[in-house]
Amino acid sequence: MSEDQLSSTFAALADPIRRAILSRLATGEATVNELAEPFPVSVQAISKHLKVLERAGLITRGRDAQRRPCRIRVAPLETSALWLDGYRQLVENRLDRLEEHLQKIQREQEEGES
Amino acid sequence: MSANQLVVTADEGTQEVVCTRVLDAPRELVFKVYTDPEQMQNWWGPRDGKTVVEKMEVKPGGVWRVLNFDADGNEFAFKGVYHEVRSPERLVHTFEFEGMPGHVLLETVVFEDLGDGRTKLIDSSVFQSVEDRDGMVQSGMEVGARESFDRLEELLAKS
Repeated sequence: MSEDQLSSTFAALADPIRRAILSRLATGEATVNELAEPFPVSVQAISKHLKVLERAGLITRGRDAQRRPCRIRVAPLETSALWLDGYRQLVENRLDRLEEHLQKIQREQEEGES
Repeated sequence: MSANQLVVTADEGTQEVVCTRVLDAPRELVFKVYTDPEQMQNWWGPRDGKTVVEKMEVKPGGVWRVLNFDADGNEFAFKGVYHEVRSPERLVHTFEFEGMPGHVLLETVVFEDLGDGRTKLIDSSVFQSVEDRDGMVQSGMEVGARESFDRLEELLAKS
């Protein structure tokens, strides 16, 4: 990934509304109106944010002229330092729970012995 | 979060993902917790959901099927077959998400005794194609993206 691409990715991510939009899109595609709903800003303002995200390659827009649903595009993130991070987090959550459970069992064993 | 670091490697163009993590527990116990259906319901699957182990025949040729329910009650089913069970050091089984039938991966879990009461867990998954592997990592990424962005937000707020 080039420095320029990385800069535009991080510049796009530097805004809290744009990050919230990406979080929403991580759960599935959505239209501009759907994305605008939770925010106290106009649909036009959301459209501007979407243009920034699109230019940074973080989202794509559907061809359907009426709806133009937005989708998250993970490629720029994949090649940045965030690659694998979500997957890692899934595995980590599971192993954290495994470890907590192991600790609980070991505590119970110790208590049983004393 | 645990002090033990999880390392995930997925080299470009390969069909494999390897996850390595040290656990503060002896190998026999880790293996037991990993292969006991009662125990598995306590740690496998999302924290805010529910896990039901429907079937878990831990022997070569044995079948396993686990159901995850998220906070909204949606069901996600996973299944596979055990190929090798060598207590307490090695497990080989297939893994398939029923929501994406036909995309089967082969998972090998090695339990390495570190000799000081700790165990190193090495979990390698080999997918049927590079596309399958990337698709899985990407869907995991999308699920985890929300939390990642939250953490990124914290990071950016600090800087």
